[in-house]
Amino acid sequence: MPSLFQQIQAGALWDFHGGVHPPVRKTQTSSKPIANLPLPDRLYLPVRQHIGVAGQLSITTGERVLKGQALTFADNSMVVPVHAPTSGTIIAITEHTSPHPSALPETVIVLEPDGADEWRPRQPLNIVSCDNQTILERIQDNGIAGMGGAGFPTHLKAGMSQPVDYLIINAVECEPYISADDALMQEAPTTIVKGIDILCKLLNPKAVLIGIEDDKPIAIAALKAACSQREHYYVREVPVKYPSGGEKQLIQLLTNKEVPAGRRPADIGIVMQNVGTAFAVAQAVLDDHPLISRIVTVTGETLVHPQNVHALIGTPVAALLDFCGFQAEQRQKVIMGGPMMGFTLPDLSVPVVKTTNCILAPTATELPDAGPELDCIRCSSCADACPATLLPQQLLWYSKAKDHDKLQEYNLADCIECGACAYVCPSEIPLVQYYRIAKADIREQQREALKAEQAKARFEARNARLEAEKQARLARNQQLAAAREQAQQQSGATNAVADALTRIKTKQAEHAAEKTREQILAEREQKKQQARDYQAQKAASAKQDEPTQGALSADDSSATKNAAVAAAIARAKAKKEQAALTADTATTNASDTEQPGNSEAIDPRQAAVAAAIARAKAKKEQAALTTDTATTNASDTEQPGNNEAIDPRQAAVAAAIARAKARKATAKLEGEE
Amino acid sequence: MTLITALLALGVLALLFGALLGYSAIRFKVESDPLVEQIDDILPQTQCGQCGYPGCRPYAEAIANGDDINKCPPGGEATIKKLAELMGVEAKPLNAAQEPAVKRVAFIREDECIGCTKCIQACPVDAILGASKLMHTVIAEECTGCDLCVEPCPVDCIDMIPIPVTPERWKWDLQAIPVKLVE
Amino acid sequence: MSFKIASSPHHHNQRSTAGLMKLVTLACIPGIALQAVFFGYGVLVQLVLAICTAWLAEAVMLWLRGKSILPRLTDHSALVTAVLLAISIPPYAPWWLVVIGTAFAIIFVKQLYGGLGNNLFNPAMAAYVLLLISFPVQMTQWLPPLPLQAVTLSPLDAVCAVFTQYSCSGFSITQLQQGIDGSTLATPLDTLRTDLAQGLTLTESYSKPVYQSIAGAGWLWVNLAYLAGGLFLVQQKIISWRIPTAVIVSLFLLSALGWLAAADANPSPLFHLFSGATMLAAFFIATDPVSASTTDKGRLYYGALIGALVFVIRTFGGYPDAFAFAVLLANMCVPLIDYYTRPRTYGHKAKGSTK
Repeated sequence: MPSLFQQIQAGALWDFHGGVHPPVRKTQTSSKPIANLPLPDRLYLPVRQHIGVAGQLSITTGERVLKGQALTFADNSMVVPVHAPTSGTIIAITEHTSPHPSALPETVIVLEPDGADEWRPRQPLNIVSCDNQTILERIQDNGIAGMGGAGFPTHLKAGMSQPVDYLIINAVECEPYISADDALMQEAPTTIVKGIDILCKLLNPKAVLIGIEDDKPIAIAALKAACSQREHYYVREVPVKYPSGGEKQLIQLLTNKEVPAGRRPADIGIVMQNVGTAFAVAQAVLDDHPLISRIVTVTGETLVHPQNVHALIGTPVAALLDFCGFQAEQRQKVIMGGPMMGFTLPDLSVPVVKTTNCILAPTATELPDAGPELDCIRCSSCADACPATLLPQQLLWYSKAKDHDKLQEYNLADCIECGACAYVCPSEIPLVQYYRIAKADIREQQREALKAEQAKARFEARNARLEAEKQARLARNQQLAAAREQAQQQSGATNAVADALTRIKTKQAEHAAEKTREQILAEREQKKQQARDYQAQKAASAKQDEPTQGALSADDSSATKNAAVAAAIARAKAKKEQAALTADTATTNASDTEQPGNSEAIDPRQAAVAAAIARAKAKKEQAALTTDTATTNASDTEQPGNNEAIDPRQAAVAAAIARAKARKATAKLEGEE
Repeated sequence: MTLITALLALGVLALLFGALLGYSAIRFKVESDPLVEQIDDILPQTQCGQCGYPGCRPYAEAIANGDDINKCPPGGEATIKKLAELMGVEAKPLNAAQEPAVKRVAFIREDECIGCTKCIQACPVDAILGASKLMHTVIAEECTGCDLCVEPCPVDCIDMIPIPVTPERWKWDLQAIPVKLVE
Repeated sequence: MSFKIASSPHHHNQRSTAGLMKLVTLACIPGIALQAVFFGYGVLVQLVLAICTAWLAEAVMLWLRGKSILPRLTDHSALVTAVLLAISIPPYAPWWLVVIGTAFAIIFVKQLYGGLGNNLFNPAMAAYVLLLISFPVQMTQWLPPLPLQAVTLSPLDAVCAVFTQYSCSGFSITQLQQGIDGSTLATPLDTLRTDLAQGLTLTESYSKPVYQSIAGAGWLWVNLAYLAGGLFLVQQKIISWRIPTAVIVSLFLLSALGWLAAADANPSPLFHLFSGATMLAAFFIATDPVSASTTDKGRLYYGALIGALVFVIRTFGGYPDAFAFAVLLANMCVPLIDYYTRPRTYGHKAKGSTK
């Protein structure tokens, strides 16, 4: 029995379960030369075009950028930067329809090309003399992410620390219509092989297996010729079957190994890279040419000239279609990607990104719309077609029932969403769509469960903390009480001031205790009303200010000042009313001192002045009512003193006047008494 | 005579089986989570108190003691269904009239915040950051959307805003994609 | 201009449920034609009756269930049920028999279980069993095959016979059942059973005219026609090869075993394969996707179970043919079979293997 490696060397191929044979329809585009697209008016560059996190923006609106200049930079390993595909001006950083099935808006950098196509300085690397780390950094900095579809950062895959037995280059391109990789292989086989050389230097595999479907004879011949000098590179022709280009399926085809569920190919010593990625790596390392363009197949029967084009990343789909003579039908479907796994676009301003390999604009007769969904007749054609050997009809049943446990038991997570099941279903059930929804639900549920767990932990931690604080406070109070008692016993004499203070304190405490829940609520409501008034006023003043604001942004600060003044006045007025209503002076005082103090801190002079006046007036009213003169006096004298320290002259004058008035009022009261 | 034999035989058999069952009930007892733990695991842990209990665990205890299972608005129908399954009772519609259809988090309009710390005290999961007289802010990741901070705010500067849908969280609702007209 | 949003895949192999059902019906035609030739045109009358009843019942039930009628009626699943039932019952059975049977199949066995795809049992076979148990006399009144018929019936006679139980020329069914030798003829399987019960040996039984060829006059040809239709369906990948193969192999092996053990009491394997409803059942009835097993391995078990049950019932049971019972019994086992024959998912260890 020869070893696996010997079998592979001997050219053995295996098979995977299921698969379908949709009509390939690649000849419309695969034999034509690759066209160059004219520069579009605008380029929309999503800041995140790969699996991972978006980079930090390194440019601002209005800046001129050079071709190949990085627009974002990586601050961790999960970031792949994006680059300016041509020289021009950044005219906006905004939200734009994303090249994603959801079409949800995403942050994009809008670049207006200036037509000069001026490069930034480039420093090609000599791969013989530099170490792996430098190459990996170069790959990351030049924005290379997997070009097969998922967009996994290449530097992570190529910088694997695990030993690698086989490097598989995926040139299968099994989806119908798409011939972008085919065209690339025909055009630049030597660059691809150079890219594979670099990947080999990084990964050091036993053998390189290049998988190509056997319906691409020219590409196969070109690659074989380019690989002829390298003895551990094997070009393997795999029979046409969808989805043999799936990562797991190609691994099974070429090595008869299976990636264990929930693991990565690297765990079984295999790394797979797309052939386009290999090309991009060569360009990035050898020419310092970042990933700023790619080959896109533009095809479908609504196009007069279906062909492969070199498109800059960020080119709107509309530009590609127009270039190829797009004649739209009613209710046209425009698909990004292939007919099996691609997604329809809601508008044509969606840009080409690093993972876009095909734009498909079929006629209604070419790819007819799905008919009405009928009942499953359990024919299990889907199970026969499933490359992951799942049982799609059971999964459908449980997806409809939202039975997530059963879905997990039937390994929904292993579904690669290739669409083979829905392709063969005689009842035209959109099986994959059901699975996607179920998968999203399961993910959401897992997220919720995790969050609930965290929330519970935090809740418990908080309760524990509160309990501990309570205990500590209790202990401290007891200690203090004991100490005080001791001190009292020791000194014997009583201090008049201290006495007065304690009297006030007890009184305040009494008042506070008297305050019932209703009062608190009423107060709270009042405050809210106040806040609403404030907001309404703010809105009103904002409206008034609008013209000026539009004219001069410098007016902004004065507008806010005005608003703040108005707010303070309003607050003070409300306070006054409150004061008039409540008999509880102590609390009012307390909140009085707190709030205006706050606003002063925020507001500039004018506000402070207004606030002080308002406060003083409020105080007067209060004073007129209250019987507790001592407290009022105390707080009165205290507060303006505070204000003076902060405020300049005007405030001081106003405060002094107010104080004097207040004094008079109190004196008058006292006299009356 | 036969009657007595039969009765005796049956009686002995009954005793034997009873003893066997009793023994096995003790011997092979299935150790499982106490009921309260299981209920608590099902509850969404928002600690919102909308059920009338101070937090999820007290409500779990209440359910274990026979309270209704339909008092948890954040959990929604799904939670009720699971609770019904666990408790072996009929699933009832949600008690509270309105169920928050979308997940929300609290957001403090920071220029209006006066730094009163009232919301911090209200938050059951310590998801609000701030100090007295200083601006507060919500840690959105930790916020359970329980609404408890909204009411105590004296200046009404806390909004409950729905969590925006991102491509990662998107639920494949193709119907909801707006088709834009061009030209 | 607006764009259409759809979920992937955007391509479909254009094979529809209706198309599948139509092909199944088409594949039945050679068998039906031969049946009509050998056993009289009654089968055509039964077909018309069954199809009309099935469509009516289906439409009414769909309407009652508040489902859209037209798309479900045109999936032709009711048509297939009707055809299978009509060709299973004696060609000159009274008209109400097939009407009751078809209505029962559609209303009770199919629609009340939730319509197409949700029925646990094969509707045609459940109806057949109902009729066999309720109306045993009518359900066994097969006429002698063409070469043995004393009176040959015209198509018009066939219509009369089905509706009135008398041919236009006034012969009653009982009279028609008599062969040229004047003895009442039953199916070969029936005759065999009766003879064996009466203590005759097979050799004695074989001397009767009803056994003109290997499996009885006419029956061989009808079975061969269904075999051809079935092979066509397998070639078209409409049905999986696994179920018919398993049925035939298991029936063949078991009957060979019996034949080798006691050739005088057990008919030959070939007789088993080409008599009665063997081929029809193996290719058209057992393969009904809704009620059959859905996993590859499960289909083998399912087919083998049917084959074994058929042999057992034919040999030891009280009924001459056994496919209806065998299929229903196997239907009951399907959930179990499916559960235990789940294939190993890619990347997962086989069940039972230690990690």
